[in-house]
Amino acid sequence: MSNVVLSVKNLSMSYLAARGRVRAVNNVSFDLHAGETLAIIGESGCGKSSLNLTLIRQLPTSAKIESGQLLYTKRDGQQLDILQLSKKGLQKFLWSEISMVFQGALNALNPVIRISDMVYDTGKAHGLSKAESRKQALDLFEKVRLDPMRVFRAYPHELSGGMRQRVLLALALLLRPQVVIMDEPTTAVDILTQRSILEVLKELRRELNFSILFISHDLAIAAEIADTIATMYAGEIVEIGPVYEVFYHPRHAYTLSLLDAAPRLSVGAEELHSIPGSPPDLIEPPAGCKFHERCRLATDICAHTVPPIEIFNGNHRVSCHHHQIVRKEREEVIQS
Amino acid sequence: MSQQPLVELHGVYRSFEKERVRIPVLQDIHLNVYPNEVLCLVGESGCGKTTTGKIIASLLDASEGEVLYNGRRMAEYDRKERSLIRRQMQLVHQDPFASLNPAHTIGQILGYPLKRHKMVNGRAELRRRIWELLTLVDLTPPGDIVNKFPHQLSGGQRQRVSIARALTVNPKLIVADEAVSMVDVSIRIGILKMLHNLRDMFNLAIVFITHDLALAKYFAWEGRIAVMYLGRIVEIGRTQDIIANPAHPYTRALLSAVPEADPNLTRKKQPIPLRSDEIPRLTAIPPGCAFHPRCPFYQPGVCDVSVPRLAQAPGYAQDTACIPLTTGEQLVPYGT
Repeated sequence: MSNVVLSVKNLSMSYLAARGRVRAVNNVSFDLHAGETLAIIGESGCGKSSLNLTLIRQLPTSAKIESGQLLYTKRDGQQLDILQLSKKGLQKFLWSEISMVFQGALNALNPVIRISDMVYDTGKAHGLSKAESRKQALDLFEKVRLDPMRVFRAYPHELSGGMRQRVLLALALLLRPQVVIMDEPTTAVDILTQRSILEVLKELRRELNFSILFISHDLAIAAEIADTIATMYAGEIVEIGPVYEVFYHPRHAYTLSLLDAAPRLSVGAEELHSIPGSPPDLIEPPAGCKFHERCRLATDICAHTVPPIEIFNGNHRVSCHHHQIVRKEREEVIQS
Repeated sequence: MSQQPLVELHGVYRSFEKERVRIPVLQDIHLNVYPNEVLCLVGESGCGKTTTGKIIASLLDASEGEVLYNGRRMAEYDRKERSLIRRQMQLVHQDPFASLNPAHTIGQILGYPLKRHKMVNGRAELRRRIWELLTLVDLTPPGDIVNKFPHQLSGGQRQRVSIARALTVNPKLIVADEAVSMVDVSIRIGILKMLHNLRDMFNLAIVFITHDLALAKYFAWEGRIAVMYLGRIVEIGRTQDIIANPAHPYTRALLSAVPEADPNLTRKKQPIPLRSDEIPRLTAIPPGCAFHPRCPFYQPGVCDVSVPRLAQAPGYAQDTACIPLTTGEQLVPYGT
C-alpha cells in the first residue's frame, strides 16, 4: 500500500462529567494511507464523533487527551505530531493539511456571509491572494458540478441542501489538503441528492487523490465508498480491515450484529436482527469485552477477560474471543 | 382486496397558503388503506407523504376531493361516531423527543388518553392497562419504566412509548411517520418487528412513511408501496413487484440510486442519471408529468402536455403514472 499520511497511535481521550471521566476514545490506533478512504462505523454514542474531534483537536474544555500520538506526514515527507502543535501551528495546519465536512450543511455555513467571502476568508488565513482563492474556488465549484459564478455570489440560503453540501465539499478542498474528515456528510439529504454527492465525491477523489476519514452509521455508504472499515464500540476500534474482508468475513461479534441489522434493497426477503440494549456507560464500562452484555455469542470468558488483539492476513485486526464463530456464521449467511 | 377499506382517498387535493401564495401539496390522490395491511409511502422531502399520512389519520382535511372512513364521509357521522372514527386512526410522530411531554411520567403519558376516552374503569384497571401496554411494546419490567420521565429513556424506548400511547385507544390503523428515522440503525429492526407483531395481534393496518427505501422494502415486503413525487402518487403496487420491476422512471432512478449495505452489490449498481438534479418548487410544478424536466426518458409533446394518470402498464403488475408506459410504448432515452 501507499504511504501512511496519518498514523494514530494509542489515542485516548476523556470528558470530565459530574460522575467521573467519560472514556470516549480508548487506546485507538490506525493508519490512514494516501488516497485511502477509511469508514468508521458504529452506533451513536460509540465514540466516532469524539474520535473525529480529537484528531483535529477541536474538543470542548471538559475534554482531555490522555495519551497517544497523531503522526502526520506532509507531502514533502516532513513528519509532525498534531498533538504537539502550538495553537498557531494548529490553525495553519487545519484546512491546509486536514479539513472537515460536517453534517447539516446549513449550520456549517455562515448565513450572513456570501460564499465568495467565505472563500476569501479561508484563503487569506492561509496566505492565498484573493485572485488565487477565487480561481481555486471557481475551479472546484465546477468540479462538484455547481454553476460556479452563481454559487460564488450566493448566500447559503439561496442554495438547496444538496448544493450547500457540495459547496462545503469544495471549500474543504480549497487548500488541497491531504486528508478530509467527513462526519455523516449525506445524512440530511434526499436519496437522489445523496447519490449525486457520492458520485461527485468519487470523481474528486480520483482526480485529486486525497484520503478520506468517513464517519457514518450508514453501512450502505461505507460499503460503497470505503477501502477500509473500522468498527467502533465503546470508544475502541474493535475491528479494522479491508472493506470486502469486514463485510464478507467479519471477525467481531459487534460488526456481525451491525451487518445483521442492515436491510438491503435489492435482496429479497431478509432475516434481520436488532442489537438488544444500548451502548454501555463509558464512565464505568463493563469488564472483559465491552460488548459482552449485548452479544448473543458471549460466553463466560467475555465477561471477565479483555479479548486479545489478533491480526489476520496482515491487515485485518480484531479483538473478539469468538472471531471464528463470527466468521463462520457470516459466511453461512452469505452462502444461503 | 375486495374488503371494505378503512380509509379511501378519492381525487384528494390539499394546498396550504403561505404569504398569500397557494402551495399545492397534494394533487389528485387516489388511495385506499385496507384493514390489516402494510402500506409504505415513500418519496423525497416535499413529496407530500406526511400530508397524505395526516389526511389518512383524519388530522387534516382535504382541500378538494373525498375522504371516506369505513365507507362514509366524516360529515355523515354524528359527533359520537366521529370521535370513535378519529380514535381508530392514530399517528406516531418522527421525533419522540418532541412528541412526549417532558414534564409527565410515562405512566401519566399513557394514563391520560385511557382516562380521557374512558377506556378503563377505576385505578386498578388503569394501572393494569398501563402495565399491559408497556409489556406489549417490550418495555419490561413495566415497574421500572412507569415512573420515569421521557428524558430518562433512550430514543428507541421513547419511540416504543409513543407506540404504546397510540395503542391506548384500540386503533385500527397506525400512521407511523418516519417513526424509526431518529433511532439507531441497530435498534430499528426491533421496533419494526414489534410493529408487525402488534399488527398481527390487533388486526391493525399500518401506514409507514419513510424516505428510506431499503427500510420500506424490509417492512412492507408482504404489503404495498406508494411512491410519491411532488404531491402525486407516481407508482403504487405490491412491494415485491415494485422492487423487482420498477415501472416509473422516477422509481427506477430512486431504486438505482440507493447504496446497498454490501460492497459487491452496491459497486455493481448503475445509477440512472437524471437530466437535472434540481427538484422543482411546489409553487412552480412543471406542466404535464411533474417529473418530465428531470426524466431521462422524456418525450417532448407528450410528457410536458398531459398529466399522466395511475394505470396498469403492459408488462407490469403495479399501477404507474407515466403516459409512454401506460400506452404500451418502450421507454427510450431522451435525445436518441
